[in-house]
Formats: sequence, structure tokens, C-alpha cells
Amino acid sequence: MDRVLPQPTPETQHFWDGCKAGELRLQRCTDCKDAYFPPRPFCPKCGSRSVEEFKATGRGFLYSYVINHRPRPDLGTEPHSIAVVQLDEGPRMMTNIVGCPQTPEALKLDMPVEVTFQSFSDDISLPFFQPVGA
Amino acid sequence: MKRNSVAVVGAAETTEMGRIPNVSVMGLHADAALNALKDAGLKPTDIDGVATAGASPVELAHYLGITPTYADGTSVGGCSFMLHVRHAAAAINEGLCNTVLITHGESGRSRVGAGGRFGGGGGSSLSGQFEAPYGPVGPPSMFTIPVLRYMKTNGVTEEDLAMVAVVQREWAALNPRASFKEPITVDDVLDSRMIAWPFRMLMCCLVTDGGGALILTSAERAKDFPQKPVYILGTGESVETPMVSQMEDFNSSKAFRVSGKKAFDEAGIKHSDVDHLMIYDAFAHLPLYGLEDLGFCKPGEAAGFINERNTAIGGKLPLNTNGGGLSYMHSGMYGMYAMQESVRQLRGIAPAQVPNAKISIAHGVGGMFAASGTIVFSNEKG
Ligand SMILES: [Zn+2]
Repeated sequence: MDRVLPQPTPETQHFWDGCKAGELRLQRCTDCKDAYFPPRPFCPKCGSRSVEEFKATGRGFLYSYVINHRPRPDLGTEPHSIAVVQLDEGPRMMTNIVGCPQTPEALKLDMPVEVTFQSFSDDISLPFFQPVGA
Repeated sequence: MKRNSVAVVGAAETTEMGRIPNVSVMGLHADAALNALKDAGLKPTDIDGVATAGASPVELAHYLGITPTYADGTSVGGCSFMLHVRHAAAAINEGLCNTVLITHGESGRSRVGAGGRFGGGGGSSLSGQFEAPYGPVGPPSMFTIPVLRYMKTNGVTEEDLAMVAVVQREWAALNPRASFKEPITVDDVLDSRMIAWPFRMLMCCLVTDGGGALILTSAERAKDFPQKPVYILGTGESVETPMVSQMEDFNSSKAFRVSGKKAFDEAGIKHSDVDHLMIYDAFAHLPLYGLEDLGFCKPGEAAGFINERNTAIGGKLPLNTNGGGLSYMHSGMYGMYAMQESVRQLRGIAPAQVPNAKISIAHGVGGMFAASGTIVFSNEKG
């Protein structure tokens, strides 16, 4: 079964173009300087429309997760993580942790992770995260 | 409606009109909102009430960075915004909030980012783009995501989570209408089927059928009715985010904190005044967050509070006395049943009656920590 994929909007296209190019792109406010996610054409902290895109480091740490024992058909049959990572730039995002066993022993909270991209269609690559050095 | 008590101070439409293929539905809401805020000389953080139709007010508030104490999602078609104005006027007069933002946005022609109502519906919504691809299957694998962080922060164990379900089953045993009445142990809970680690089946709410209804009138008229009146002493509400991954803090719900504080402030009561408490328990961690975010326990102390049997039969703060969503019933939107139990307790007719209960709080959650509502009930007019 084909993976459920995002449908980009004009406001999020830069993010998905970045993933396709192997870059994690965030936005920040040029007034209050804060990085934010998910994408939008204004700062959610101060309302300024003066924002810019930038390439994030792609690094962060494992903030929280569950191991889903009843996978959705498009994610296969084995239990898998549904995780939230906190990026070095501050924002958090949902992801799957890949490149390690999907067990509580392997998935340690606060462990450093880095982004890795996997292509699912001509337009969409999803950002996943793996333990640093995996 | 009190005449001449409320006014429009900002008004604007979207920057472009006609055909706007480069802006999604939520972008149209935001564009109109930012223009109206500029017109009024306000920032999003000056807004404490939101109303919209078509999109979810939760989505709107989070997208714009607003923490409201009033959210109106009344959706009755094209005149919804007239109803929003009317409800906003009542809310402002009643002190629920001070400044309400009412938005509309619709990509009627270009259909950009249409759908995605309530955040989860469409692949172009933010949750559709940034959560759905990772495999969440509804609440059991989404609502549960913050808990490992909470457990690590506070030293809470899987046994502690299991104890929430054990104590509520004790209450359910007293309730003939409860779906599950058989006693369970912590081991039973931990041995039940794994759903989304660390959550086992007995830490998740039931799925049942049912319904409920309430009828309200003025306190003035209430005394002429056949049943003992249950008065509304205070109320609170808030919304945070349609995306659980974007909660400000996984150790605490901002919507719970804002809603709870507003309800306590309105009611003018102390925590020690509360005789009975209902906290919407879709999953076993909800009572822990609720006890702390409502201020009954300090951060990190709710599990100990439950382990020490303070919320159990005979405890000082009887909690979820119908058995809760974990053991009584859960048809999908359980907040109604939490309030039904508060009313029964204050009428003095609950199966597990708390002796002399005078003040009861029903605290509800909407979505996955997306929204919250808190009602303080009393059977004394005060
Ligand atoms: Zn800013």
C-alpha cells in the first residue's frame, strides 16, 4: 500500500522542495529572530510578515515517542516509532526514528539524532531521523 | 444582548481578491486576520478570543500564535460569522475574553489547501503534511506521544500509569452502568495487549455507544423546575494546537492550564473547596496532566497523589467517580459524560455518591491536547 504523503501548499512548498534536495529548511522571523515550524508566511510569535527560509543543521535530539504496535497498512506490519525530535534550532517536528531497532532499549530519550531523507515520489521525500553515527 | 456594549475596532479582507492560487485556505484566514490586526493596531498576542467556521478555531489560533480564553467554532453555513459576532458580544460582556478575532477564508475557486477541517482531515492541512505521513492511527498512537517525556521529567513509571486505570476500575465497580466492573491489578494493566508503547489496552479508553444532553436556563428560573438546580459557578476554555507534536511543553497542557485558571478565577474558589472532580480520561495519562495543570498537584506529583489513594474511594479528592472513559464508557466525545456525573453528584443521586458534595469540577480535553473546557458546578446558589 502506498505511503500516505503530504500535499504541499504554496506556503509549505519550500520545505518539501528542500527535502527533495536533501535539505531541512526552516523559517525564521527577521524581526524577533526566532526559528519556527511548521512553515507559514509570517512569524507565529510576533505576527511579522518579514520572514526568511534557511537550511537547518538537521540535528537534534529525541524528545518523545511511542512504538505503535498496530501499524497503519502503509507503514507495514512491524511495530514502529512515531517520534517527536527537537531540532538544534529549537522547533520540534514529528518523524519516525530509523536506522535502529524499534525498541525502548534502542530508542533512548534525549539521544542525538540527525535527519535522513527517503524519496517516496517524484515530488515528495520525507525527513526521517536516525541516531547520530548510525 | 446588551445594547451598544461591544464594537468593531478592526476590519479587513484578504490582500488579494478573485483568484488567489498561491494562498491556501488557512493562509487566507491568516492574511485577512493580519490585515485586520494591522487595521486595529494590534498584534496576534493581543487577541484572546477566536471564532471561525469552515476551519477549526484550534487551527486558526495555533497558526496565528494566539492563546485564547474563548474559541467559537459554530458552523451553520454562510451566516456563521453573524452568529460569531453575537456570541462574541455575549462573551465579552460576560468577561470570558476581551478581544475577539473572527476570520473567514475560502479557496472557493482555486481549491488550494481546501479540506483538512479540524486539522486532521486532509493531506494539505499542517497535520496532514507534517504528522500523518509518519503513521499515527488516531488517538492511541498520537495522544500518547508526549507521555515518555512527562515520565522522564517526573520519574513516573509504567506502574504509575497503570495505577490510574486500577483506581478508576474501583469506582466503576460501584456503578451498575459501567462497561467494566471487574477489579484489575497493576499487573493486569501491564499485561494487557500493547497498543502503542508504553500504552497497553487497559490504559486506553473504551469505545462504546451512548449519548447525553443538558438543559440550561437562568438561575432565576431554575428554582421553578422539578429537579434540584445545579448552578454554573465558573467556566474556562482554551485551545492550543491541532498538532500534538507542536504542543509547547510535553509535560503540561497549555490549554488545560489556561482553561482551569479561568474557571477557578471566575468561580472564586480554592482547590480545597472542590468536593468532586472529573477529568476527561481518554488515556491513563490525562488525569495526571489534569491534576497538575488544574493546580491540584504540583508538577510531577500527580502520580504519587493517585498512588496514595487521594482520588480513590474515601480519598480527599474523589476523581472520575463514574469509572471514567477507562471503565465507564467512551463514545468518542466523552466531555458530556463527565458533566453528567458532576450533575448526578451535586443532585446527590450518583451510584458512587460523594457525601455532601457541593462543588464539582468537570474538566475536558478536545482533540489530542488541542482544546480544553472546564466547568465548575455547585448545588448552592452562593
Ligand atoms: Zn517574530
